[in-house]
Amino acid sequence: MRHTLSIIVADQPGELSRIVGLFSARGFNIETISVGGTLDPEWSRVTIVTSGDDRTIEQIVKQCERLARVREVRDVTSQPHIEREMALIDVTASPGAARQEVLSLVSVFRAKVVDISHTRMVIEASGNREKVEAFVEMLRPLGINDITRTGRVAIGRLSNGEEDEQPLAVGC
Amino acid sequence: MIAQQHINPATAASSLPESITVGESLPRGAEILIEALLHEGVDSIFGYPGGAVLHIYDELWRYRDSITHYLVRHEQGAVHMAEGYARSSGRVGVALVTSGPGATNAVTGIANAYMDSTPIVVITGQVPLPLIGTDAFQEVDTVGITRPCVKHNYLVRDVRDLAGVVHEAFFLARSGRPGPVVIDIPKDVSAARSSYSRLSHIAFPCREKRTKPDPRAISRAADACMRSERPVLYVGGGIVNSGAADELLAFAESLRLPVTPTLMGLGGFPSAHPLCLGMLGMHGTYAANMAVAESDLLVAVGVRFDDRVTGKLATFAPHARVIHIDIDPANIGKNVAPALAIAADAREALAALREEVGARASAETGASIARRELWWERIRAWQREQPLRFDGSGEHIKPQTVIRELHRLTEGRAIITTDVGQHQMWAAQFYPFTRPRQWITSGGLGTMGFGLPAAIGAQLAFRDQLVVAVVGDGGFQMTNQELATAVQYELPVKVLIMNNGYLGMVRQWQEMFYERAYSEVDISVAPDFVKLAEAYGARGLRAARPEELPSVLADGLAHKGVAVIDVLVSKEENVFPIVPAGSNSRDMIFQSEGV
Ligand SMILES: Cc1ncc(C[n+]2csc(CCOP(=O)(O)OP(=O)(O)O)c2C)c(N)n1
Repeated sequence: MRHTLSIIVADQPGELSRIVGLFSARGFNIETISVGGTLDPEWSRVTIVTSGDDRTIEQIVKQCERLARVREVRDVTSQPHIEREMALIDVTASPGAARQEVLSLVSVFRAKVVDISHTRMVIEASGNREKVEAFVEMLRPLGINDITRTGRVAIGRLSNGEEDEQPLAVGC
Repeated sequence: MIAQQHINPATAASSLPESITVGESLPRGAEILIEALLHEGVDSIFGYPGGAVLHIYDELWRYRDSITHYLVRHEQGAVHMAEGYARSSGRVGVALVTSGPGATNAVTGIANAYMDSTPIVVITGQVPLPLIGTDAFQEVDTVGITRPCVKHNYLVRDVRDLAGVVHEAFFLARSGRPGPVVIDIPKDVSAARSSYSRLSHIAFPCREKRTKPDPRAISRAADACMRSERPVLYVGGGIVNSGAADELLAFAESLRLPVTPTLMGLGGFPSAHPLCLGMLGMHGTYAANMAVAESDLLVAVGVRFDDRVTGKLATFAPHARVIHIDIDPANIGKNVAPALAIAADAREALAALREEVGARASAETGASIARRELWWERIRAWQREQPLRFDGSGEHIKPQTVIRELHRLTEGRAIITTDVGQHQMWAAQFYPFTRPRQWITSGGLGTMGFGLPAAIGAQLAFRDQLVVAVVGDGGFQMTNQELATAVQYELPVKVLIMNNGYLGMVRQWQEMFYERAYSEVDISVAPDFVKLAEAYGARGLRAARPEELPSVLADGLAHKGVAVIDVLVSKEENVFPIVPAGSNSRDMIFQSEGV
């Protein structure tokens, strides 16, 4: 099963490689990783998506907790949380029907056009993994020239009532 | 897919800030380092100099009255000495080496300390900050190389951080599950000046994460012990590290529970105690392995279910409920999922267990003990069926006899260190230990070359005790240059070489599992160890025939200075019993009759 781990670690050189090294030394695979600041400039948040059975994940969490500069490790998977990934997609969009098709997908997926040329567009899309994936799949037949994706970021939910994503026409 | 953002280039690329006041009156980083070490109570350092640590050696010279530096002959030796010092005394051992090759030579020792949870601090020199990353002379990424085998490591980039780093390093090395900490100090940082005050530098971000044993868990564990019909206490190095031996003894006696120590746990429970089943695992006793295999309750304390103990995991203690007590939560559930987990210090947990049991009505305790009469009968039967045994007759000296003799002559009181191989297992099997920290061996990493330097470190910690390094002729040659260190500093260790002319343990596996194809294990071309000892200024002795053994051994042990006792033992003796790697521990192979 896929898990999202949220790790608060001191913002110091080498600390990220300690975490990453811990994964590789034990043969745990990292699917995505993203690192950024927290409110407190001395601490960073590392969000790692990894997969494994419960025992493996429990081991990863405990191993991370052992690190001297790690303040907190949470497996947010089972807790109510919001997660997002982002993709920048360079897609072929020649004037005419092709461009219209791209633009309508952009609107359905609430994505954004961030750059354009005569024949191509760069689109920014964000959402949970499924949504970004679905968007990429929809664009693929139109001709994707390049794609760059971030790792996942996650934050705890304030209330359980809110929908994670605005509902989409395509249901993702 | 990997995406990284914002790894704070500001700190990543920081160099020495200008704000440090440069003035003659302020101490150099090197002096601050030594002051901080003194503050930590360090009076001995094992080390080897080089370019990147010249400032530090310069200060060591000035501080030579308060801190003694022991010049080793190879950096691996320095770290093993620090380990021997730490393991024998419970204090943090300190090693100091230069950058590049000095650091890489130290890595084996650091990894060894990591695997065996030994508290040491290793200080490495590094090239000056502006040269880092330029493939400068004697530059290696020490922090990167050692990262997987340390509790924590530091590259000190600012002299103002140095004292705090040292204090935190000592704290980390000895807190929780102990282990090695590396401090990498660039040459310009040890040269830079800063103010130092013992009081203002002791703040550091790390805090003890330890939790007290949960009283409900303790009460459940006590219930389980009281009710169990076939319990076994499986105890390891955690007993020794936490100073839990007395509590263990009291608890085991209160309910008459069978105890089996691991290789690392030897000495944590008296080997000759009637409740002791002997060592568990690959070369453990039949009774210990059978008892675990048949147990209905396995109380594992300060252990990590190592593969050399469990054999094939699926068949390890198949009928047992497992209670796992360990200070390192990451050890719990790593190999075996326990029914009850107590992440706590072994001594605190055992003390709580003992109190809990003590609070129960004596009738209840009596009934509990009576419930296990049958169990003890079965255990005694296993002990009678397959005791540890060997055939001491023949024209050659038997290695097991050597250990028995050593035990007799030292009255069981010597501190024993070992190398790795057959001799190590014989020492574990045939030298009954009476106290913790009396047995110092390389367990997790299995590092040949550990024995002699570890003995030197232990001898330094206990100058007036007899320290014997039991080594093989193979492993001894990996670090025998440390004889010079022992002689120079008058650390009168006794080296007992079990000389079989082979890399014995490997030869045994080749004999048993590879149809006697003795591939590259003949080391009979070796120096004359008696002459070698003499060349180093130590006393050399040799026993070649069984009748010589007692007197030669006695002579060597009685020698005032460093002695090397070369005992020529029968060449193709095997360690029994043995559970072949990865097998069910019931499938032990025993010494065949009449061998
Ligand atoms: C540094 C290192 N290299 C290789 C090994 C593998 N190894 C384990 S035991 C052994 C043989 C040791 O021979 P010796 O020191 O003569 O001791 P004996 O087994 O004969 O008692 C070897 C090579 C090891 N443990 N450590």
